[in-house]
Amino acid sequence: MSGTAVTMVNVQVDGEWKQFPKGMRLIEACMQSGKFIPHYCYHPKLSSPGNCRMCLVELGMPKMTPDRKSVLGEDGRPELSWSPRPVISCATEVSEGMGVRTSSPLVEECRNGVMEFLLINHPLDCPICDKAGECRLQEFSVEFGKGESRLLEEKVKKPKRVDIGERIVLDDERCIMCSRCIRFMQEIAKDDVLGFLNRGSHTTLAVYPGKRLDSNYSLNTVDICPVGALTSKDFRFKMRVWFLKETKSIDVTCGTGSNIVISSRENIVRRITPRENDAVNSCWMPDSHRLNFHYLHSDDRLKEPAVRGLESPVAWKTALATAAEKLRGSRPEETAVIASARMTLEELFLVRRLAAALGVRNVDILPRPQKGDGFLVSDDGNPNTSGAKLLGLATGRLPEIAQAIEAGRVTKLVVLGEDAADCGISETALKSLDLLVAMGFLANKTTPHATVVLPSSAWAEKRGSMINVKGRLQRLNQAIQPPGQARDDWEILRDLIALLAGTNGLHSIEEVFRQVAAETPALQGLTLSRIGDLGIQL
Amino acid sequence: MRREEKQRNHGMTEMKTRQVEQMTPEFEADVEELISHYPVSKRSASLPLLHHWQNHFGFVDDTGIEWIAAKLDLTPINILELLTFYPWFRREAAGKTIIRVCRTLACAMAGSYDVKEKFCEAVGLDPHVEHHGFGSAPPTTPDGKFSVEFVECLACCGSAPVALIGDDLVENIKPSDVPAIVKNLK
Ligand code: SF4
Ligand code: SF4
Ligand code: FES
Ligand code: FES
Repeated sequence: MSGTAVTMVNVQVDGEWKQFPKGMRLIEACMQSGKFIPHYCYHPKLSSPGNCRMCLVELGMPKMTPDRKSVLGEDGRPELSWSPRPVISCATEVSEGMGVRTSSPLVEECRNGVMEFLLINHPLDCPICDKAGECRLQEFSVEFGKGESRLLEEKVKKPKRVDIGERIVLDDERCIMCSRCIRFMQEIAKDDVLGFLNRGSHTTLAVYPGKRLDSNYSLNTVDICPVGALTSKDFRFKMRVWFLKETKSIDVTCGTGSNIVISSRENIVRRITPRENDAVNSCWMPDSHRLNFHYLHSDDRLKEPAVRGLESPVAWKTALATAAEKLRGSRPEETAVIASARMTLEELFLVRRLAAALGVRNVDILPRPQKGDGFLVSDDGNPNTSGAKLLGLATGRLPEIAQAIEAGRVTKLVVLGEDAADCGISETALKSLDLLVAMGFLANKTTPHATVVLPSSAWAEKRGSMINVKGRLQRLNQAIQPPGQARDDWEILRDLIALLAGTNGLHSIEEVFRQVAAETPALQGLTLSRIGDLGIQL
Repeated sequence: MRREEKQRNHGMTEMKTRQVEQMTPEFEADVEELISHYPVSKRSASLPLLHHWQNHFGFVDDTGIEWIAAKLDLTPINILELLTFYPWFRREAAGKTIIRVCRTLACAMAGSYDVKEKFCEAVGLDPHVEHHGFGSAPPTTPDGKFSVEFVECLACCGSAPVALIGDDLVENIKPSDVPAIVKNLK
């Protein structure tokens, strides 16, 4: 550790003395010691208002002599005097000689009581509630609830299905008034539109009249809402969460590379949620990015290889052989390769090999400068520009290449994961090419003119790595299978290179990475598995 | 108004007033003076400003909420939260005279429920309609002359039952006195 030294304090947790940095919240000290403290309003990245009372614990302070010295016991540790009243552990900071009991008859009784209060007016919506299965109220009811209701009165009715934003629906009856969403909007999203109106037995979470919960970070409130009060319109009623398979990966919508969890079932991605990584995105991600996955299942997906003039279905072998044959022996100055900074490091490495096999100097990626938001939307719309730069593929030659194609000097073009139309190449020019090889997963303006179409995999369908704008190497993981005959990009490239330059001994993505690392000083000693779930700063 | 909105606003009628346009320089000077009492946190002036606004304009409309929020570097929802917590504050006009009958223990035992019912009858209001707060005005006669509502202890328990009529405290009210009291007001 560097910088200012952290003062450590001694705290007794369930009988054991431990050390924690001064200023740490007691709930964090307990959890760091492996004790589970049920909580609703506390969130590690937000302030502690202490309003749910679920995290109550017993607190002891060192006994003091009249001259303010702590009384030491036989073990040399301070003797504790235990407060008869419980305290909330989320809004209490650890201090020297403090003691805490995280489970005791009093603590159990408190949790029981808090649960009973929370459930008094709670609707029995679980069968149709999107949060069911990952709802804290449900979980803690099982663990700390009474299992029966003593309430005879009518439950308080509150607004349901309130349309509070473009992407969010609110059910006020389910809200347990933890204020996490309000604090998120104040402290993180800096768009203070949520609040509690009509406080009392009718406390109602609401947006200010005429305003909407429309920030590009609004869906994070759905993640942190401990109950099913805030639900995502996109995910609402789509799937019971316990059927979802979770895959750790990274977002590829921009250069930030927010860490994500892909939730899928039966080969369909159902939702994307942020995954905590303090070096990248904390616990958050932009709405625009998390909803950017429906195209994975669009009708525009390329599913079969195709060769101009041949009737489909065309076998992979035929498609690759055709591409190789037409590329073989072509003059380097009449050939160009356009790759994409949306490709993984492994894929780009093979692009470099392909270019080398063809002897081509006309190689570049399509840059995507954009206006970031200063938070998690990067100024770079490509997720792997750093990777392309590291491999020397971001040459800046694209305008020159486009010109050469327009002028008819380049007549053979390989487009990988991009649309030539976005690169300043006209459809007329595309049509008059002698050879156009297009690899990608979505049909675009290039594919209709392609001599050979090679259908590849989208980010949720493959493994690999990328380097974000801050130079962090991170991993993609495969959540679902590519559709139809589509194959993994690196395999397609490998086979094409093998046809052009002989076999290369690459049988797995791990091997590709190993070769990348061997040829790239910055990656020396790394393997795909060593990158880990949280990535590595290069 | 959409159904759910109406539900949320507890039946408040939608009115588009623009009180902020009626603001005078004196009013603004008073606001500055009030804020100066809270040098550490301007936010603490929220309640005083709400009182000031309601005393001046009779209620606090959306332009008021937004103006106060901006004045204190807050967002409107922060002020609306406060406003809907205290039944004293309202977002719509109440009657010219507000009759507030105490219903806390001493007064209740001394017959304040009867007294309130009599007040309602005397001014022509349904005694069973309650004031829910949440920014709404207490039940008000159609001519806008009277509002009647229950309030909690007025700290005059010794002379229960009591009522606050406008700014005047009336003590030892018998139900039979009510018609005469109301007649005097008219
Ligand atoms: S919020 Fe939780 S407890 Fe409430 S209805 Fe939904 S799943 Fe059930
Ligand atoms: S909507 Fe959810 S996050 Fe917001 S206060 Fe209610 S329970 Fe908490
Ligand atoms: S988590 Fe401590 S009061 Fe809510
Ligand atoms: S109870 Fe009515 S004034 Fe106190």
